[in-house]
Amino acid sequence: MNRFLEVVRRDLRLALRQGSDSVMVVTFFVLTVVLFPFGIGPEVNVLERVSAGVLMVTALLASMLSLDRLFQADYEDGSLELLVLTPTPLGVVVAAKILAHWLTTGLPLMVAAPVLAVLLHMQPEGFATLLAAMALGTPILSLIGGIGAALVLGARRGGVLLSLLILPLYVPVLIFGVGAIDAAVQGMSAKPHLLILSGILVAALVLAPWASAAALRQALE
Amino acid sequence: MVPPMTIPAAATFSGTDLACLRGGRVVFAGLGFSLESGGALVLLGPNGSGKSSLLRVMAGLLRPAHGVLAWDGEPVGENPEGHNARTHYLGHHDAVKPVLTVAENLRFWAHLHDSHAGRAGLAVETALDRFGLSHLAAIPGKMLSAGQKRRTNLARLLAAPSPLWLLDEPTTALDKASIKALEAVLAEHRAQGGMVVLSTHADIDLPGATEMHLDEFAVAEEFP
Repeated sequence: MNRFLEVVRRDLRLALRQGSDSVMVVTFFVLTVVLFPFGIGPEVNVLERVSAGVLMVTALLASMLSLDRLFQADYEDGSLELLVLTPTPLGVVVAAKILAHWLTTGLPLMVAAPVLAVLLHMQPEGFATLLAAMALGTPILSLIGGIGAALVLGARRGGVLLSLLILPLYVPVLIFGVGAIDAAVQGMSAKPHLLILSGILVAALVLAPWASAAALRQALE
Repeated sequence: MVPPMTIPAAATFSGTDLACLRGGRVVFAGLGFSLESGGALVLLGPNGSGKSSLLRVMAGLLRPAHGVLAWDGEPVGENPEGHNARTHYLGHHDAVKPVLTVAENLRFWAHLHDSHAGRAGLAVETALDRFGLSHLAAIPGKMLSAGQKRRTNLARLLAAPSPLWLLDEPTTALDKASIKALEAVLAEHRAQGGMVVLSTHADIDLPGATEMHLDEFAVAEEFP
């Protein structure tokens, strides 16, 4: 547990000092969402209809932007070898890195989402569900993304390959996230959608760190 | 002083009939070694003869294609975390983060290796001092020269004690004074019952070390 926190602290410190990643991810999120009213026109009901989908798809793309850096920097400077050789199961170290990634990318996205929802004229009834869907969805994106980031380690043009690998796996998050918000806006219960998202999150929490760890070992051989 | 460590009075690290495959090519085969507490093994051989591969096998980064590595007769593969706890591996890269200071870099690896934070804190100071890095403690990693980075990486060995040191060409980029400091540290480590395996192309003073020539274990390529 000590070591888990140590890795989280170090990755947060690295992210804070280098600064660019979180800012880049949120800026991408905001700019892309702002493009939509320009593209499809300012009609309130059209924007309102697409708001949930636009927010979720854009958040998903934004969180992917920073994924290829998740292990790449450590891989290049040799830190990854040493992280693999710590007296802690590698899955724990990977989970710590993924948590730090979520704190620096997923969390800012979550905070920015309601503001952008106002811009897209989302019904106020949807806001709470939007936050809940983002809170459950963004950690799943980081967890699944971690597997992809570990798999493409060392590959040339890893970033492109990563999108091809990971985007199809993000579809369930998209479907149930948007489903939950739409249900809330139409006055129905969002609970079933959110429960399924929670289920996916629990499964990803248990499986993803170990899958990433296996992929990392493969990359270092 | 090198911080005292808790290792059994006599331990044996051994490998029997090891073979290593890289990219479909047999790098070495039929390799065996045995190392007692206080012992040192120097790996020699031309480029590509498998020195680094053998060290990575010993560290557990590579699985041997054949053969068994054992610590006191217990196969290492059965308890990889336990093996990691008693091993320091130093590879080609220095794992120094450009935006962290020398002390922060070192403290992170020390805590990760040995989570008794208080003990590691003191050890970090001693380790910096031994490799002449005390005045650089607050300097960020990106300002360091290649030799200073290497010394920061070497300081890990002292910051968190471990009986087995696996060093892949530790003298790369070091100046003469630093090589002397490293030799002194290695001698102290062995005097306390530690073990050292290192590969080198340079002269390094390791009294009583066993030499192993990796090219003797090369397998002749068969062309059909």
